[in-house]
Amino acid sequence: MSSPTRVRADPGTEPRPASQLPAAVTWVGFVALGLLLLPIVGLLQRAPWSALPSILGESEVLEALRVSLIVSLAATAACIVLGLPLAFVLARRRLRFPRIVRAVVMLPMVLPPVVAGTALLFALGRRGLVGQWLEEWFGVSLPFTTAGSVVAAAFVALPFFVVTVEAALRQAGGELDEAAATLGAGAWATLMHVTLPTIRPALAAGTALAWARALGEFGATLTFAGNFPGRTRTLPLETYLALERNPEAAVAISLVLMAVALAVLVTLRDRWMSR
Amino acid sequence: MTVEFDGRVARSGWTLQVDQLAIAEGVTAVIGANGTGKTTLGRAVAGLDRLASGRLEIAGAVVDDPAAGVFVPAHRRRAAMVFQDLRLFGHLKVIDNVAFGLRRAGADRASARRQAGTLLERVGVDSAAWPRRPAALSGGQRQRVAVARALAPEPEVLIVDEPLASVDSSGRARLRSLLGDSPARHVLLITHDPVDVATLAERVVVLDSGAVVGRGSPAEVTARPGCEWGATFLGANVVPGRARGTSVTTEAGLVLTVASEAEGPVYVTFPAHAVTLHHDRPAGSARNTWPAELERVDIDGKRARVHLAGPLAVRADVTRRSADELELRPGLTVWASLKATELIVVT
Repeated sequence: MSSPTRVRADPGTEPRPASQLPAAVTWVGFVALGLLLLPIVGLLQRAPWSALPSILGESEVLEALRVSLIVSLAATAACIVLGLPLAFVLARRRLRFPRIVRAVVMLPMVLPPVVAGTALLFALGRRGLVGQWLEEWFGVSLPFTTAGSVVAAAFVALPFFVVTVEAALRQAGGELDEAAATLGAGAWATLMHVTLPTIRPALAAGTALAWARALGEFGATLTFAGNFPGRTRTLPLETYLALERNPEAAVAISLVLMAVALAVLVTLRDRWMSR
Repeated sequence: MTVEFDGRVARSGWTLQVDQLAIAEGVTAVIGANGTGKTTLGRAVAGLDRLASGRLEIAGAVVDDPAAGVFVPAHRRRAAMVFQDLRLFGHLKVIDNVAFGLRRAGADRASARRQAGTLLERVGVDSAAWPRRPAALSGGQRQRVAVARALAPEPEVLIVDEPLASVDSSGRARLRSLLGDSPARHVLLITHDPVDVATLAERVVVLDSGAVVGRGSPAEVTARPGCEWGATFLGANVVPGRARGTSVTTEAGLVLTVASEAEGPVYVTFPAHAVTLHHDRPAGSARNTWPAELERVDIDGKRARVHLAGPLAVRADVTRRSADELELRPGLTVWASLKATELIVVT
């Protein structure tokens, strides 16, 4: 109550103790917040509200939406199937070079997506390290296919799922597993009946984060999977194209993507992050 | 049937070495100061810690023998554990926590819940709490749930790590009686409570610095506790009686004045060194004095442990010098005194 710079940041939390915070810090903080808020306001201000239904009903947009849903959901599924075991390995196994392994896992989070796409091309492309064998043995070619888009989206989204779940596994520790073991539960029973239910909030959060990241993926997809309508042209790619041809459509799609991202974050904050 | 433990458990920095310890059926109390390896002993039996060397048998079956490459994992040992930190499953209802072990043994949900309910009734958890999550219960209630959960699959060995520490007083007597006639054939009771040892234990194992220093019946171990901590702990007197306010009437009719109020059946505990001995009736501030016949004096180093008969059969520790000066010998009648503040009333 005594500090004039006290901010009521979150109505749900207890008032923080008044601290010695220089006024300048507070002001710069608010400037930064404005910087983050500005693009949202810009988008809302340019939004063609009345034309929104018709723009979003256009066949190109619907096509891109279909591709986006398929790609993002498939990528999310891949993140769960591959990421869950990886999170267990990171949390429960004693690794030889834990820092290096963790850096590798988190790399896609900080790597420029274009670089990720380029790297995928040289690994899984037709002449790539693994890609040539995929082509030769299974006749599978990933680049410039929907499957390629899924791989690109899964690659960038995987760390979001793994990091979230790993943190929960670490917090849960092995204590409940031990209790389950002394009650006659083997490794699989413990996993299914104790460990996974215990970390369910984190599983939901990791899934939502990975899905949001996969849905918004642009650079890696464009580089690795290209931009083919109906196959690899997702909503972000459609937005980029629409920017030249029909800016109103770009704004409309952007609004949808932003609403989805915000919805994910708000849900997460209520159900998991605030705990 | 016995649990036979002959081996070494290595943990970072220290080891637990147990030489040819045979744990017979019934309740065995494991005592020792903090950090002496009590919990590690229990964890090794449960299969949560591996032996570095040696051999462990449960009811005739070898469950751990590194030299022979044998290690039966925890879930196949039928050795349930009540953990000090309880470790209830937060995502399951109270009833399903207790039913967990039965379900793993193959019982269907309905019959597992039925059996779980019977056990919860026996430990005194009201049926209103059954559909709730453990987090909604009080600490004492949670502890009872943990005991019920461990008993449910009828384990061969039940390991109870500091069981009654946080149970509310009304639950203690009930849990004690439950552990006393537990369906588990072997109960390893890791405890810091002299009342547990006095009322439940058929045998006692004393650990000190990662080694077994005393073993046998409570009387045998009390006579030779093997370490200073054990001597003090086992020297503690436990006297049953009936409390009314700050007075406790013992079975022999002696009325003890205590510092805290209680009602109904209780145990009064006090360390052996809290009892002082006099030739004449003392007239000091001690609230409790009574004449006692001196039954036996055990000299152990500089300490003399005096066994008293009479209205209160208790042990008193005095220095050897005092014993000499008072010329303590069997048959002598002395006055014993005890300050009210030294008495701990346990319900």
